[in-house]
Amino acid sequence: MQVSENHQRYWQKNLRITAILLAIWFFVTYVIGFFARDLNFTFFGWPFSFWVASQGSLVVYVVIIWYYARYMNKLDQEHGVAEEE
Amino acid sequence: MAGLSFDVDTGVSDKEANAAFKKQLNKVYGWYTGGFFIFIVVLAILEQMGMSRGAIGLVFLLATVALYAGIGVMSRTNDAAEYYVAGRRVPAVYNGMATGADWMSAASFIGMAGTLYLTGYGGLAFIMGWTGGYCLVALFLAPYLRKFGQFTIPDFLGARYEGNLARFVGILIAILVSFVYVVAQIYGVGLITTRLSGLAFEVGVFVGLGGILVCSFLGGMRAVTWTQVAQYIILIIAYMIPVVWLSVKQTGVPVPQAVYGFQLQKVTEQEKKLLDDPKEKEVIAIFKAQSDALAEKLKDVPAALKADKEAAAKKIEDLKAANAPVAEVQAAEKALAALPKDDAAAKDTWTKAKAAADARARPLAGMPRHAQQYAGDPNGDAKAQKTYDESRRNFLALVFCLMVGTAALPHILMRYYTTPSVKEARQSVTWSLFFIFLLYFTAPALAVLVKYEVFNVLVGTPFDKLPAWVSAWSKVDPSLLAVSDINKDGIFQLGEMRIGGDIIVLATPEIAGLPYVISGMVAAGGLAAALSTADGLLLTIANALSHDLYYKMIDPNAPTARRVMISKILLLVVAVLAAYVASLKVADILFLVSAAFSLAAAGFFPALVLGIFWKRATKWGAVLGMLSGVIVTFYYMATTQPWMRGLFNVTSPVADNIWWGIQPISAGIFGVPLGFAVIIIVSLLTPAPKREIQELVELVRYPNIVPAKA
Repeated sequence: MQVSENHQRYWQKNLRITAILLAIWFFVTYVIGFFARDLNFTFFGWPFSFWVASQGSLVVYVVIIWYYARYMNKLDQEHGVAEEE
Repeated sequence: MAGLSFDVDTGVSDKEANAAFKKQLNKVYGWYTGGFFIFIVVLAILEQMGMSRGAIGLVFLLATVALYAGIGVMSRTNDAAEYYVAGRRVPAVYNGMATGADWMSAASFIGMAGTLYLTGYGGLAFIMGWTGGYCLVALFLAPYLRKFGQFTIPDFLGARYEGNLARFVGILIAILVSFVYVVAQIYGVGLITTRLSGLAFEVGVFVGLGGILVCSFLGGMRAVTWTQVAQYIILIIAYMIPVVWLSVKQTGVPVPQAVYGFQLQKVTEQEKKLLDDPKEKEVIAIFKAQSDALAEKLKDVPAALKADKEAAAKKIEDLKAANAPVAEVQAAEKALAALPKDDAAAKDTWTKAKAAADARARPLAGMPRHAQQYAGDPNGDAKAQKTYDESRRNFLALVFCLMVGTAALPHILMRYYTTPSVKEARQSVTWSLFFIFLLYFTAPALAVLVKYEVFNVLVGTPFDKLPAWVSAWSKVDPSLLAVSDINKDGIFQLGEMRIGGDIIVLATPEIAGLPYVISGMVAAGGLAAALSTADGLLLTIANALSHDLYYKMIDPNAPTARRVMISKILLLVVAVLAAYVASLKVADILFLVSAAFSLAAAGFFPALVLGIFWKRATKWGAVLGMLSGVIVTFYYMATTQPWMRGLFNVTSPVADNIWWGIQPISAGIFGVPLGFAVIIIVSLLTPAPKREIQELVELVRYPNIVPAKA
């Protein structure tokens, strides 16, 4: 088993998407959380930051994981590293 | 349930077999869900025909436990791969459901909405923490662990960090975390069984335990997985129906999650009114006066106790002298006998009574305003600013600990070994979070709807016209709900009710005006949540002992059958031990659950993530990192948490031990960074890992690289 250049590019892309998604995760959770008191405008009845903590962030989390699975499963194919089924 | 089989035909390719297997599962669980609805309808009809509440509760208890046991019997196995990882062919969707049930404990199902009711925005830390953690699972752990493809988390640590030392530390942490957590689950099982059937708590614990054991004992991971899917279906239906109904009743819209923002606005308006209400202030003043009187007594306990005793004795004499009726004299004698025996007992009793009075002498019955983010005020005086900063810091720290802890609980990570491929492991995390999301997305809505009901229907109602559920529940358990007319005006004020969080979910069907059969279903849902989590945890502990400790460390030549047999025996021992601890009713169950998260976060997360993402991480780095993370977390809890302080006899003031105002529940906030730092520093000081280890890291990173020897 030899790690080719192809493998390394695959791993770089994986690290990049992981970092991007993690940044989104961090923003939704901690940045909005930190400024929760200031983000108090009404959003369909909820104060905005209350809505984010109770629904918005959850939706973002599901989308992050869904997107990662889709992206990586495609990346496996593109770089020919998908496991045989 | 005829035709249910969890075996696949051999002789076709894996892919075809997996597809056929999934199709069959769809059919089985489709029928199962339909059957569950028919079961509810039949019971509802029987209720109309006069079946008693006790009987309905008992039918629910027996039917569901028998069902889980039945699945256990059908999936019994002695094959190692089947027993430990369900044969590695659980489709992503079903693994997602099983993980959902595994994940959602009694605390999620019953406790969460109550916590949100009592703490408002502050409680959302649990909602975010217990869902956002799955992002870390998906991005950092699940696909890589699946690629590694062994049986347990210590397996990975042992292979990656060269040998048994890292494995052994992993075993210790896995057992510590899971045992703490399983005790809380069994406690929950006991509580619900008692409520459903009226059995004594200790008996309830062991009946519930029987249900857990038949399942995991006979079929290991295989039985647990298929039972958990069944349990997920019950628990999600049981959670949704009452909330949707309550929403229709209040707003006319059957999608509570979409419309409760407007109910929240009404709750906020009502809060403003209640804060200024003179009647509420009257109730608060009465509690304040009680607290002040007790504070006065506590200043000089011996004198106050003496005065109390003399006053009580004098009253008896006065009554006797006045020839009062015998009953009155006896009451006065009882009052004298009920006084604390000595000074120490008096101090204890009065301190507790003062704390209770103080807790109730606060606006809105001690609840913060529901939509208000954090306590205190950033623009207020120095004290208000400090309160605000600490409140925000603790909220964010708790979210962090719960998230990282989620991504480090061995019974959850273990589930990702059971999927057929890396691809399915990734998708499976999506499904897991989706199924968890359904409940967590609804809990805040339920809390607001119930609060609306309490503020608008109960408050201001004369005591004799309160809805029937209030008196029914205060009879069941006064610690869950107690109402009394404190200011004697005959009208119910918010301050006159003491409510325990657990009642919110359990009483919702009655608040919504649904028949009792739905209440039974909700309790059965709570039971499913607690049982499924307990199953997963027990299996984790038994596997850590039998697979990691016995097979990998003590007797590597042990035949499969013996390994599985040992695992089963250990399962039994651990279960009975956990049930015994739970039946002691150890104080502060909620704290135990949170402690498990902080400990898991500090112990496992740094070592697992660095093991995958940093080839240079070495054995000594990992071992010392895991240990230092757990030790500092444990130390912080032991010096700041009241129950732990008692346990370890810590006497120095809490204020001296608190770091940056962080609550003990979030102790992992110190352990996790320390764990990372120690692993990195020690790894750089020790020689790089061997070539084979570096190859192992390559192996887990690329789905198509196969191990040199399988």
